[in-house]
Amino acid sequence: MIPGDVIARGNHQYGGYIEKRGDEYIALRVGLAEVGRDGVKLNPMTGPYMPRAEDEVIGKVVDLNGFGWVVDINSCFDGFLPASFVFGREFSPSTHDLSSKFKVGDIIGARIESYERSRDPQLSIRGQGYGKVESGEIAKISPTKVPRLIGRRGAMINMLSEKTGCDIRVGQNGVVVVNGPPEGIVKVLKTIKMIEEEAHAADLMTKIEEYLGGATGGE
Amino acid sequence: MESKKKLMDDNGKRLDGRLWDELRPISLEVGVLKNADGSAHIEWGKNKITAAVYGPKEVHPKHQVLPDRALLRARYHMAPFSVDERKNPAPSRREIEISKVIREALQPAVIVEDYPRTAIEVWVEVLQSDGGSRVAGITAASLALADAGINMRDMVVGCSCGLIGETVVADLDDTEDKEGNGDMPVAIMPNFGLVTLLQVDGIYTRANFQKAFELAIEKGKQIYGMQREALTKRFFGGEPTTTQVEEAAE
Repeated sequence: MIPGDVIARGNHQYGGYIEKRGDEYIALRVGLAEVGRDGVKLNPMTGPYMPRAEDEVIGKVVDLNGFGWVVDINSCFDGFLPASFVFGREFSPSTHDLSSKFKVGDIIGARIESYERSRDPQLSIRGQGYGKVESGEIAKISPTKVPRLIGRRGAMINMLSEKTGCDIRVGQNGVVVVNGPPEGIVKVLKTIKMIEEEAHAADLMTKIEEYLGGATGGE
Repeated sequence: MESKKKLMDDNGKRLDGRLWDELRPISLEVGVLKNADGSAHIEWGKNKITAAVYGPKEVHPKHQVLPDRALLRARYHMAPFSVDERKNPAPSRREIEISKVIREALQPAVIVEDYPRTAIEVWVEVLQSDGGSRVAGITAASLALADAGINMRDMVVGCSCGLIGETVVADLDDTEDKEGNGDMPVAIMPNFGLVTLLQVDGIYTRANFQKAFELAIEKGKQIYGMQREALTKRFFGGEPTTTQVEEAAE
């Protein structure tokens, strides 16, 4: 599908990147269309990361002021992590030192608390596993291919971490942190590149499995 | 009939051997620049044009920010070496005008409301110029926008038509543009059914205008097919066509 293509006609439910015009469903992006029982869907092949509430993202602290941290979340908008979300309600700029928690340049895992069209997205680190990322190799994948990297119910990412012995953390914004043995990390990074290039392949899972299997056998 | 040169011989062949309704050879490639969010290169006759898209990104200067939609910027620029006599690289009156018409030709296709408070920049750089560079630029720019993954209602595709004497011809080259009797660049959104650019110079009879306009649309749709091919090649390895993809999904 390319922008302007008619994906389906009639009456269906429809997802993102689709516009309904009369009884036609029009693709707004280059992507693969799915017409099924749960409606019309378009999986885009390319595009920027647009924040969505509840997304888990990985970002880099680029600035801090009296009230919180500004985080680059690989999007056209910067994320803002308010200090009161970190220190609690009793936070006051005079008693708390923000740089004791996160410094400029730190990588953090966070959740998008809220995002509206009129304001920059607000982040939160409340919950298990959020906060500063202490170690790991950082990789990037285009945000539209994140679902491919994760796979159906995490199938792809689980297989990848099992076969390489690495701990892989994927942000919805396309930032990936990999921890583990050096050879494993190299393999993961190569696989991510492969997924990036062949995201359109129908048998991606088997291809990756073959690649990983072959790589272990060859060593 | 013609003032200086004879642009069409007695058999209806033009200077480069084309018939009245033939296009020059066109080749399109998507994703040519690594550092751009989206890019495309077009070679159309002697035209060689690269288009790049950056964004959505933050707007600078800040006072230009639009709270409810994206700011679409377009720049058409001719490289100093793109013409026979060195061109001053400063934007000329003509380039500023073409930047404006390219922006306005793309604006209806881009869903700017999906990217509030951002800027989307389109850069069209003419590396070698021939006739019809604005429509070639629009055709490449819309490919670059699709490559960047900006939500679009439809692709935009351009083609020009014109007059040699009283004969309507498709796709003027540089000589025909300068020596001929009329030029009509047209850009369309082929599925949406919208004309986003229509400029005319020369004197047309009512019938000739109609004929040239319809010819430009017909040829535009033909070039739209090439756009589809180029995007398919970039994103699906050129193998599965859209119809096959649809079948596979069902």
